[in-house]
Amino acid sequence: MLSNWPILSILIWLPILGGAVVIAAGAQRASMARLLALVISALTFVISIQLFTTFDTSTAAMQFTELHPWIPAFDIQYSLGVDGFSVPLILLTTFFGVLVVIAGWEVIQDKVHQYMAAFLIMEGLMVGVFCAMDALLFYVFFEAMLIPMFLVIGMWGGPQRVYATIKFFLYTFLGSVFMLIGLIYLYIQSGTWSILEWHQFPLSLEVQKWLFIGFLAAFSVKIPMWPVHTWLPDAHVEAPTGGSVILAAIMLKIGGYGFIRFSLPITPDASAALDWLIIGLSLIAVVYIGFVALVQQDMKKLIAYSSISHMGFVTLGLFLAFAIFQNTEGGRGAALGVEGAMVQMISHGFVSGALFLCVGVLYDRLHSRMIADYGGVANSMPWFASFAVLFFMANSGLPGTSGFVGEFMVILAAFQANFWYAFLAATTLILGAAYSLWLVKRVIFGEVTNKEVAKLEDINAREALVLGIIAVAVLLVGLWPEPLVNLMHSSVEQLLAHIQQPKFTGAGF
Amino acid sequence: MNTMNMLLATPELWVLTMACVILIADLFLREDRRGIIHMLAMVTLVFAAIITMRADYMTDGARSALAFGGAFIRDPMGDVLKLFSFIVLGIVYIYAKFCLRQFRMFRADFYTLSLFALLGVMLLISANSLVTVYLGLELTSLSTYALVAFDRESRRGSEAAMKYFVLGSMASGMLLYGMSMIYGATGSLDLYEISLAITERGTDDLILVFGLVFLVVGLSFKLGVVPFHMWIPDVYHGAPVAVTLFISSVPKMAAFAMAFRLLQTGLGELHGDWQQMLALLAVFSIVLGNLAAIAQSNIKRMLAYSTISHMGFILLGFLPGTPDGYGAGMYYVIVYSIMSAAAFGMVILLSARGVEAENLDDFKGLNQRNSWYAAIMAMVMFSMAGVPVFVGFFAKWLVIKAALESGMVWLAITAVIFSVVGAFYYLRVVKLMYFDEPMTEAKIDAPVDFRAALSLNGIMILGLGIFSSSLIAVCMSSFGA
Repeated sequence: MLSNWPILSILIWLPILGGAVVIAAGAQRASMARLLALVISALTFVISIQLFTTFDTSTAAMQFTELHPWIPAFDIQYSLGVDGFSVPLILLTTFFGVLVVIAGWEVIQDKVHQYMAAFLIMEGLMVGVFCAMDALLFYVFFEAMLIPMFLVIGMWGGPQRVYATIKFFLYTFLGSVFMLIGLIYLYIQSGTWSILEWHQFPLSLEVQKWLFIGFLAAFSVKIPMWPVHTWLPDAHVEAPTGGSVILAAIMLKIGGYGFIRFSLPITPDASAALDWLIIGLSLIAVVYIGFVALVQQDMKKLIAYSSISHMGFVTLGLFLAFAIFQNTEGGRGAALGVEGAMVQMISHGFVSGALFLCVGVLYDRLHSRMIADYGGVANSMPWFASFAVLFFMANSGLPGTSGFVGEFMVILAAFQANFWYAFLAATTLILGAAYSLWLVKRVIFGEVTNKEVAKLEDINAREALVLGIIAVAVLLVGLWPEPLVNLMHSSVEQLLAHIQQPKFTGAGF
Repeated sequence: MNTMNMLLATPELWVLTMACVILIADLFLREDRRGIIHMLAMVTLVFAAIITMRADYMTDGARSALAFGGAFIRDPMGDVLKLFSFIVLGIVYIYAKFCLRQFRMFRADFYTLSLFALLGVMLLISANSLVTVYLGLELTSLSTYALVAFDRESRRGSEAAMKYFVLGSMASGMLLYGMSMIYGATGSLDLYEISLAITERGTDDLILVFGLVFLVVGLSFKLGVVPFHMWIPDVYHGAPVAVTLFISSVPKMAAFAMAFRLLQTGLGELHGDWQQMLALLAVFSIVLGNLAAIAQSNIKRMLAYSTISHMGFILLGFLPGTPDGYGAGMYYVIVYSIMSAAAFGMVILLSARGVEAENLDDFKGLNQRNSWYAAIMAMVMFSMAGVPVFVGFFAKWLVIKAALESGMVWLAITAVIFSVVGAFYYLRVVKLMYFDEPMTEAKIDAPVDFRAALSLNGIMILGLGIFSSSLIAVCMSSFGA
């Protein structure tokens, strides 16, 4: 039915234009804005399901490609396509696109139409990031995405929102302009903006290193890696629940996706030469930030630090490959690392999104995010407590939940690379459990110390629906990860085959 | 070739005629009929645009043609820049009418002076000899000096005009001095012949390089790049906002064209010499303009410093000395004029009766008062900051590409870092509009033509970004790239 339609363009432009319609039509009536936003985001999600079912998992080639000239004077094209890396992330984006609309249904009462439109436009732009096969198009989506997020944090955020949102914007903007220089340099050398052609374009090792650093500047801030993570706790704490959810569930993944799409295939030799740097920073993130998370007083901050620690697994899994190639024949473990990183991204999307929604549920009732203000929530909110416990368990990597699969795969791969990598990475199983479960103990269980807590009402149907859907997803990926892994398998194999080939033979200069 | 060929200058002659007609018509019009002057000026622009666009048959299909014994050139770059001068000036007139009426300064002088300035701009764009450059420059400058002092009661305006006049005259003097040396070294005033003479005699000539230095100083002053930028903040601040609007848009295109004619057409052989000078001027402007803008609380001064940094970016386009580079600079200057017109249009919109909305705080809570105008201003700010998908991003991208092509990676890196610094003060305006509570609930009202022009201007900033290919192609093909 949809096979001949430009399905990727629809996924990008339906939410963006829909956002414009919501602004125009919903200015007078908030209920109209909510309904329209729900319809548009649901429709987008349904179309993305169609993308998933018709996607051919047996090939690593780009599918559903679209190609139109955009700026012919410089060979810039409106070029779209998806492979096994993009499809899961697109699904995650459209999935959360619906959930944030539902999550903000009653909570947002001020300028509803602008809130809904900002999220719809952001959704379209993020799908665009995952589809763009032209580097300038990628950059345009990558940067434009900051504008709605800047406004969301600044308009509906907490007391320190202005500081947090400007920090967020400038930090990520600074990172990405270095990438822009790298992209322009690549264009001047190669005469094309096509990312796939860049994958094949020979470059000398020194040039690759500079380009790698340019990409690193953009993606390490986005993902974020230690030590350029400091914008994230601020942004998370001050953002409204929906903003935190999108930030944690999807925007951070764009950094990981950037590593997969740009750093690894375009500068494979530099990645091999500098993998110690990434692995080192990743392990610091996993261990040190894990400890930092332990001492947080603010629930959102704790989840933010836990996100940084979990994203350390993603970068670790991606860059383990080179050490594994040296240690083993064929590098079977390398695929495990990259697939683990991808699964970890999807899983962390679900789990962190759900955790921020849980904190949002509490915050809407008591207007506090401080752990100390709670205690014994399970007594007054049993339904909520069961969901929250599930998500915190998933966050600490309990087998049977999605959190376990990704971490386990990455740790297995780490063993193939170096015992100590695996040892340090595995500390997360202790640290993650410690900060997650300690939070659960202090907030959910125990005596009711605060009179306000005793009066809390349990989650309503809307909140139960949102949390329930994510709970199903978390368990599904945890118990049956195979469809997800299959989806990306061909692309992972191709990526690994590609990065083993040195690129600087016959380099231009 | 060396004939009068006056037909080529039809747009200039038309603007001259109409400026005189308006000058005389004003004598016979009652005060309440001044709207006619506005209409006449708009008609002038429309016909000037039509005549310019129908230029092909006058040049017999050739890309360019000369007139007035080689002193005047008609080429695609000139036509495009003139066309955009008309478009931007049309927008400026619509904004200015509303502004001048509010401040009870709606007099025909504004139109005659700005039309004479436009004539100077057109001459400058089409100048192919040192004499024409100087004539065009002085016509533009003298008209704008007078415009700055347009509000006779304003002390700040008079002071700014005086400062502008003294410094501007000095710069003209520098320019003339440089021209005389180049004339001495090459024996010609015609830019083509100058470049031929340099090719013949070689660039190793102290007088020539000396002349070049003085030319660059004069040019830098007119562009307003550091360290010849001192007049910009005071003039932007002191002049009535309608005049600032004019100064910040149309004459910039002429300054770009003048730089191209002098440096490339005339002294292209000295590229290695002026490339270094322009690189330094560019980096100083980008750094100082962006840093100083942060400290401003007055929006006119903030935009003045932002202009300085934008002019630095335009200079980046000159560095490689290739058609692509000049195309990038030309694209930037056109885009900048459009953005700047929209920004000052917003300042005019927010000015309540008789009081200019000079302070950044006047933008507080604009989103609550009127979300459409807030969206326009936000687009202008993001565009100036160089955030995609707005048109300003493509301009920045093109000039940074030009800087990289000329091998100056350090310059490109400095430029992008300071464009992030610059993003801070643009974001601050967005913050005031979207995150703060309004200080007044006064209704924002404007005549329908003003609202239409402002909306169109805002949509241009988004639309030219998404559909950027056509304007980029026009600019690139102007230089035969």
